[in-house]
Amino acid sequence: MAYLDHAATTPMLPEAIAAMTAQFGVVGNASSLHTAGRRARRVIEESRESLGESLGARPSEIVFTAGGTESDNLAVKGLFWARRAADPARRRVLSSPVEHHAVLDAVHWLAEHEGAEVEYLPVDAVGRVHPEALREAIGRAPETVALVTVMWANNEVGTVQPVRELAAVAAEFGIPVHADAVQALGQVPVSFADSGLTALTVTGHKIGGPYGVGALLLSRSATPVPLLHGGGQERDVRSGTLDVPGAAGFAVAAELAVERQPEYATGVGMLRDDLVAVVRAAAPDALLNGDPDPAGRLPANAHFSFPGCEGDALLMLLDAAGVECSTGSACSAGVPQPSHVLLAMGVAPELARASLRFSLGHTSTRADVEALAAALPGAVERARRAGLVRSVR
Amino acid sequence: MTDFPGAPTTPSTGRLRVLAAMSGGVDSAVAAARAVEAGHEVTGVHLALASNPQSFRTGARGCCTLEDSRDARRAADVIGIPFYVWDLAERFREDVIEDFVAEYAAGRTPNPCLRCNEKIKFAALLDKAIALGFDAVCTGHYARIVDLPDGTRELHRAVDGAKDQSYVLGVLDADQLAHSLFPLGDTTKDVIREEADRRGLAVAKKPDSHDICFITDGDTQGFLAERLGTATGDILDTDGTKLGEHDGAYGFTIGQRKGLRLGRPAADGKPRYVLDISPVDNTVTVGPASGLDVHALTAIRPRWCGTPATGEGRYTAQLRAHGEEVPVTAVLTDDQLHVRLDTPARGIAPGQAVVLYDGTRVVGSATIASTERAVEAQGV
Repeated sequence: MAYLDHAATTPMLPEAIAAMTAQFGVVGNASSLHTAGRRARRVIEESRESLGESLGARPSEIVFTAGGTESDNLAVKGLFWARRAADPARRRVLSSPVEHHAVLDAVHWLAEHEGAEVEYLPVDAVGRVHPEALREAIGRAPETVALVTVMWANNEVGTVQPVRELAAVAAEFGIPVHADAVQALGQVPVSFADSGLTALTVTGHKIGGPYGVGALLLSRSATPVPLLHGGGQERDVRSGTLDVPGAAGFAVAAELAVERQPEYATGVGMLRDDLVAVVRAAAPDALLNGDPDPAGRLPANAHFSFPGCEGDALLMLLDAAGVECSTGSACSAGVPQPSHVLLAMGVAPELARASLRFSLGHTSTRADVEALAAALPGAVERARRAGLVRSVR
Repeated sequence: MTDFPGAPTTPSTGRLRVLAAMSGGVDSAVAAARAVEAGHEVTGVHLALASNPQSFRTGARGCCTLEDSRDARRAADVIGIPFYVWDLAERFREDVIEDFVAEYAAGRTPNPCLRCNEKIKFAALLDKAIALGFDAVCTGHYARIVDLPDGTRELHRAVDGAKDQSYVLGVLDADQLAHSLFPLGDTTKDVIREEADRRGLAVAKKPDSHDICFITDGDTQGFLAERLGTATGDILDTDGTKLGEHDGAYGFTIGQRKGLRLGRPAADGKPRYVLDISPVDNTVTVGPASGLDVHALTAIRPRWCGTPATGEGRYTAQLRAHGEEVPVTAVLTDDQLHVRLDTPARGIAPGQAVVLYDGTRVVGSATIASTERAVEAQGV
């Protein structure tokens, strides 16, 4: 199979597997006071220090979580609650319409249940938020903004956001900014210290680490209201017995992802350009979504609309031909939905449904792209024929 | 599907690319498994037909819910075939639900399952499947396909008479039949359940669905009232005497006895039945059971499972789902099917299908447009 869906999840790095498996057979709760507990605590803290080093953060700024969704929820809801508790006038949440559902649904929930007023900053045709738009939105009533949350890079079309500039604008008004960097980490340089952000979401399984482990990088001045109450293991902001093997695996994966990032971005970017050329050759009318300038796009991402085809039909045909890719999102029953990201970028619903994401990763090879080149022409032709079917029976 | 998309399938090998429609129930799961076992390349697909796929079913009815989608996916996993969800909700709403409401509004009694087979499963789904390179659609319907030496196909009743679904497949034409696979027709339901259990399919013990899948609470009247509103009208005796009032003529079915809410009994003390529904003046006529006796009917939109019947012929006819078979003489003139019953039958409503059989073979079907009664009701 040609696996072209690394943005969904990517194979674990052997080094991360080794680091995890070394911990599986050893007992110890990092909160226990005895020898076994201290040993576990040491692994956790070393992992924390390593992560801090990799991500440009102090160890104390790292809160281990169960992954990207939890980190996003903790940042968005926790910071909203804390900021509003300090000043009831702060009810506005400024976000973007291209966020991952972990952010989008969290802010939506705040609007539905907590009286938040959510404002979606406009995005341009490549899905990018502009700092002037943020300045304008804040400027209308700076004292009423609880927080800003805009992703570092988009998971569907790969557009990189000007996170530093956005954070700088908000900083003028003392407003905290959160960014989801789940897709950005390992593909573009990510440094918490340089970013000016208050909170940053990262997760293990997108960078060759384990599932179910992530972190929220949190500046020490930020004290979000917890989602999970209990033992208060992580700065009293997050409770739950610490996952020793998970933290160890995640730390190793992050270290390698960051260390290899410059070289990886160059190599995978060239492979991505090959993939784009392959798609254009197979379907000359296919439209590349997202930023055509490589500087503004994740190097492993390619995203196309195929006029006249249904994305789910293409996905099925490619799957049957041994090529695995993604259409974006489906509802819980599995019904394909037109991407909210593409719709926000101004793509027509019909064309949004005709879209596929191809995402490369650390195990991708030229052979994967060649498999796509072999399968795509036939799949597009069939999907287009099926798209024309309007039954006359 | 290793060489897919690529060379077309050679029919002579008997190995087909099959799209198995999987509802999440036991029948379609076993049908898909049998298609795999027969050597076909099978892909499972669950049709999302509800406009709100988030809706959880209540009880064990329905076929368009989140839980059914998961059950279908799980069955496909166990069988080891690819699985996708296809959204046909819009087509289903237009062709089945809106038609269902319009038919009731016109005083007829539609059969939405038959309509779904005609317009969705063996039309929208089949056409899309063929365009995508599949050879056939496989379902868990209880009916048998018989391949004749000359290459033509016949549709027959299932061996399990109680489960037979040839009536709702009577709308299929020869072309649709040529691209259909019904692997369950030679087996009884209890054997299918055992087989599902043996195959490790968790849906083995899932209850049968009986209701209309898009009316999840089973309240057809409420469903119609929501869409058609209420309109008070008269309930009349056969001589035109007003007996009571109703909230909307669409709320009744020919032959209906319960729910008439007539305060006083008939003069002869016998039960009264709905004899006629007139949406034009919003009246419902009731009368004795003898008023339901139909000796002839006219049906429109005939569809033939093979060669169209010509001239006058002797058949048996089924006049509603799960109805008895009755001997008839049928003749086709100007695309209208005229059917004369040997002995009068009751409970025959316009909108339902008449399906003609020759022995166990389905000959064709048509939609009942009008009936002739032994005793004519007033004002019809």
